[in-house]
Amino acid sequence: MTAETEKGDAIAPGNPPMVHRYTLSKRINHWVGAVAIIVLLLSGLSMFHPSLFFLSAIFGGGQNARAIHPWFGVILFLSTIVLFFQFWRLNLWRRSDLAWTLHIGTLVAGHEEKMPESGKYNAGQKFVFWAQMLLILALFCTGIMIWDRYFSGMTSIETQRLALISHAICATLVILVLILHVYAGIWVRGSFTAMIRGWVPAAWAWRHHRAWLRALIGKPGPAE
Amino acid sequence: MLENPENPYAHNPDAASKNPPTQSFAVNLGAGDLIRRSATAELPAPSRQLTPVAKLIDVSKCIGCKACQSACVEWNDTDPTIEENHGVYMNPHDLTPNMFTLMRFSEWVNPDTDNLEWLIRKDGCMHCADPGCLKACPSPGAIVQYSNGIVDFIHENCIGCGYCVKGCPFDIPRISKKDHRAYKCTLCSDRVAVGQGPACAKACPTQAIVFGTKEDMKKHAEGRIADLKSRGFENAGLYDPEGVGGTHVMYVLHHADKPHIYSNLPDHPIISPVVVAWKGVTKTAGLAAMGFAAAVAVLHGLFARANRVTAEDQENARRLLGDGKGGRT
Repeated sequence: MTAETEKGDAIAPGNPPMVHRYTLSKRINHWVGAVAIIVLLLSGLSMFHPSLFFLSAIFGGGQNARAIHPWFGVILFLSTIVLFFQFWRLNLWRRSDLAWTLHIGTLVAGHEEKMPESGKYNAGQKFVFWAQMLLILALFCTGIMIWDRYFSGMTSIETQRLALISHAICATLVILVLILHVYAGIWVRGSFTAMIRGWVPAAWAWRHHRAWLRALIGKPGPAE
Repeated sequence: MLENPENPYAHNPDAASKNPPTQSFAVNLGAGDLIRRSATAELPAPSRQLTPVAKLIDVSKCIGCKACQSACVEWNDTDPTIEENHGVYMNPHDLTPNMFTLMRFSEWVNPDTDNLEWLIRKDGCMHCADPGCLKACPSPGAIVQYSNGIVDFIHENCIGCGYCVKGCPFDIPRISKKDHRAYKCTLCSDRVAVGQGPACAKACPTQAIVFGTKEDMKKHAEGRIADLKSRGFENAGLYDPEGVGGTHVMYVLHHADKPHIYSNLPDHPIISPVVVAWKGVTKTAGLAAMGFAAAVAVLHGLFARANRVTAEDQENARRLLGDGKGGRT
């Protein structure tokens, strides 16, 4: 484990050569959180806007959607705490991330090969990581305050009003970041498989996370 | 359906205290009488306009006997828990899912006269013309407002989220821990629908609670206020707060200039701006932002080339790995 890599990262020679990217525990935790967030999204949206109330039918009605939403919130929060400790170190912001961010247009235009080299997580992924960490923490705190069944009497009604509007705004932001995250995972071919199987081809690592690949084989690149 | 849909006994302020009509009436509060329905964008226009009704509570005539509370429990068939005595007359300790109305007692020393005044206010739903509970409610049809002004909770549509509690400027709705649904005073909509007054008004021994058309109740209040003023209560007045569009439960207060002395009755109740912003701009802008982001993602997915590994990448990776040596860190 070096400054650029983390536990479990490894290259397996072969044809094609493969790189181990996500450990089993990271993948399991990621998908636990993913399932929780989808349940939260559907049940939460049903209470967010009348035009989406029909989504509560998935859970057998509004009473059920209301009842399960906070419990899945607890699952997501616990999963997020674990995810934080699994991912935080290589998601720390570095000076080189600024250059990557400034070239974001090149990436969107489809020329990732012209981008500054990125480590295991690029600046976009780091943004997703930190945004979701902070927003999910805020959603948990505000969510507890409006969990009427167990916590209704613990804060004033005025506090609960502020919690409600904050919860709605944070949830909207989480969904926006989630759309970015899911879309990036589909657009960057191979990402989804990486989070399922844990392995990526070395060529994939070269294209998307070159500095990480260089660190893994111990050959610093020209940019570093 | 009745020819005249309004309460036939409404034109007399003490109608509720009299014996009810013996002939049967058709239920006159139906789906066609709704003017607002929670979480419902397009409500069909009501088929007719009912005469607005109101309950008038004259706190100066109230003797604190709690007959109204008993009648409310009796009529609505609720089952309030027997509680401890907290050293005051108020019992139970607060409104509950089983106690829709509550006599609140406060001892107030009038600074002008140095007299102790025992202020008793019958608390309960005010039936706002602009109901905050209904604005906050996310469940279609869980809260409705009839054209006669009654705001009613339709329990089978309630999801138990407690948003109505946050929407209410008067802290009225209570969520049951048993069936997880919201409860409050119905203004005895089921009695009013068959031409009777609310149970509390019927039970009140001093006619401190009267019921009729809102217009008549305002007129009746004028007489009461004139009487109070003639007896030295120069600030006597009607509590029908404009901030919530007026209410269909009104108070005659001997100190209408300071409603808060009556167990924290709000001086200027309004739907909280936080609730307005949450149910307004947050909801609309949030949905638009999510829809826009999803649309951009779909369009980019359809029209932009996928970001996939090229033959050049494969060649470069092979060259970097060189002899194919790998390593575990």
